[in-house]
Amino acid sequence: MNSTTQQAPALPEAHRVPEPLPGKSGRARRKGNRAPQQSFRSRLRRDKQMLLMMLPGVAFLLLFFYIPILGNVIAFQDYQPYLGIGDSLFVGWQNFVDLFGNPDFIHAFWNTLYLAAWQLVFLFPVPLVLALIVDSLISTRVRRIFQSIAYLPHFLSWVLVIAFFQQMLGGAGFVNNLLRDMGMDPIPFMTNPETFPVMVVIQMIWKDAGWAMIIFLAALASIDASLYEAAAADGAGRWRRMWHITLPGLRPVIVLLLILRIGDILSVGFEQFILQRDAVGAGAAEVLDTFTYYTGVVGGGWSSGAAAGLAKGVVSALLIYGANKLAHRFGEDGIFAKQAR
Amino acid sequence: MATTLFTRKPRELSYNPKRPVWKERPSPLYQTVKAVVLVLFSLSILTPILLVVSTSLADTEQLVQAGGFVLWPERPTLEAYATIFKGPMVLQSLGVSMLITGVGTILALFVTITMAYATSRSVLFGRPVVLAVLFTLLFAPGLIPSFLMIRQLGLLDSLWSLILPGIFGAFNFVVMRSFFMNIPGELIESARIDGANDWQILWRIVMPLSKAVIAVVGLFYAVGFWNSFFNALLYINDHSKWPIQLLLRNFVVQGSGAADQLGITTTPPPQSIQMAVVVVALVPILMVYPFLQKHFAKGVITGAVKG
Repeated sequence: MNSTTQQAPALPEAHRVPEPLPGKSGRARRKGNRAPQQSFRSRLRRDKQMLLMMLPGVAFLLLFFYIPILGNVIAFQDYQPYLGIGDSLFVGWQNFVDLFGNPDFIHAFWNTLYLAAWQLVFLFPVPLVLALIVDSLISTRVRRIFQSIAYLPHFLSWVLVIAFFQQMLGGAGFVNNLLRDMGMDPIPFMTNPETFPVMVVIQMIWKDAGWAMIIFLAALASIDASLYEAAAADGAGRWRRMWHITLPGLRPVIVLLLILRIGDILSVGFEQFILQRDAVGAGAAEVLDTFTYYTGVVGGGWSSGAAAGLAKGVVSALLIYGANKLAHRFGEDGIFAKQAR
Repeated sequence: MATTLFTRKPRELSYNPKRPVWKERPSPLYQTVKAVVLVLFSLSILTPILLVVSTSLADTEQLVQAGGFVLWPERPTLEAYATIFKGPMVLQSLGVSMLITGVGTILALFVTITMAYATSRSVLFGRPVVLAVLFTLLFAPGLIPSFLMIRQLGLLDSLWSLILPGIFGAFNFVVMRSFFMNIPGELIESARIDGANDWQILWRIVMPLSKAVIAVVGLFYAVGFWNSFFNALLYINDHSKWPIQLLLRNFVVQGSGAADQLGITTTPPPQSIQMAVVVVALVPILMVYPFLQKHFAKGVITGAVKG
């Protein structure tokens, strides 16, 4: 019975229903200002085909999103597959207590944050720099060619990306073969746990930096060119124009992407890690998601796996919410403002 | 200042008419740095692709000489491809991948288009449904509950487990819906007055107007299905139901016992066979990429700005 989408335009002052007497509920007062509305039943009859159209999507959301969310209740149970959710023993917060006493989980947790920090610091600026360079190109042809190349890896699967990296940088890969031919020792790019964060960031840059550039390019194109002209006429050089016009113009986009990045921080890149965990070892590549997978699905510890997953989901949602609050405080739109239409 | 601008104008114009008059010519150093960055980035993307394709085409002699990799096949041969298609495994997994991509994309388009159209007009329950979709962007139900759901539905080891979880994406929904919202309401009203019902309006009026966005979203879904690997790792044990990405992972990335697994005897060197599998997974993406590229930038930007 949500009617916000059907609001009638506010009536001019003279036609307005007089203020209701004190004692009338707020709901009645609000109704007073509105054009007469169809009843729920007649709207139902009117929209029945539209509602039918929503049905497949709503069924999907229920089946693969909202019911599984309720399934997180097993995080508070000692879940046994043969007993099912209904009959498994309820253990309260015990799984979480165990989890935070489990050194493997703590390790996965810190490792996730460590890798996320690497990504935030080194990955985030790359697309911005690339976009600034591309935007400054005069020749549209060079621009188009570079864009075609740079967007491509985004559409390759992580399996392919890792396969490419192995062939290039792996122990028996192209680069190490060259090194051997030149009489040098091979460098274990792909299997050294210490340099793994660097490798992760490089892989991500390779795959997605070009794609992430798109949104910056769009924002750059929407900056009013006369601002640059005016600044140049006032004697501002290249760098001052960038500092005083370009970057402020990009601020909303940068803030938006940072928020999304922060909300995603605990999902540092699941497939990327699960594909390389065997090569570099659990010490370097274990993150919250792989921990959940190996504990839950592989190890059969359903409840502790679910507890780890739930902890991650809740923290992520809180991070997004917090980052968005912060963005509002700095006077930016953030994400929610844009979504509420 | 005005005089400087005036005197500089002719020189700038003679250099490059596309450069705005007020923009100074970049210094040679700055130009070089830009060129180096762009060229290196492009090369880093193109080299591995070239290397893999060339190695898959190279003949044994050249491969042995070069020590495993070649950047250009001197005597190109399709031997490696002939070998991988002899065994059942690659063909089977290609079939699986094509099946889930085809069926999945059609179903996904159906679910997304109907949902996006229904919520793009002001209808009963429209707003809460949109909010319910947007909420999925914020929070994920988690790996274990999703797995249990698939098991509860009896979909383990069934190809539906690779299709159904991917038939609706909130991002694609937002792109599609924002496009539908821009279709003028008068158009739809006039069709209604002519006696069309909602399904007819969607099929005859809205969809023909939205071919471009439907193509883009369809390609996004198709690429997603083709590339999905983790769902198969989770839900599929039966080797004959592996999609190509899982085969690729087990055969190239983990790389052990490759030839035996594929049920083939290894006459060409294993290197070129592995590369041939990589190319088989890569080629469909390269084939749709030009179409994708033509439209996606626009689609993504509409989605991002309006989303």
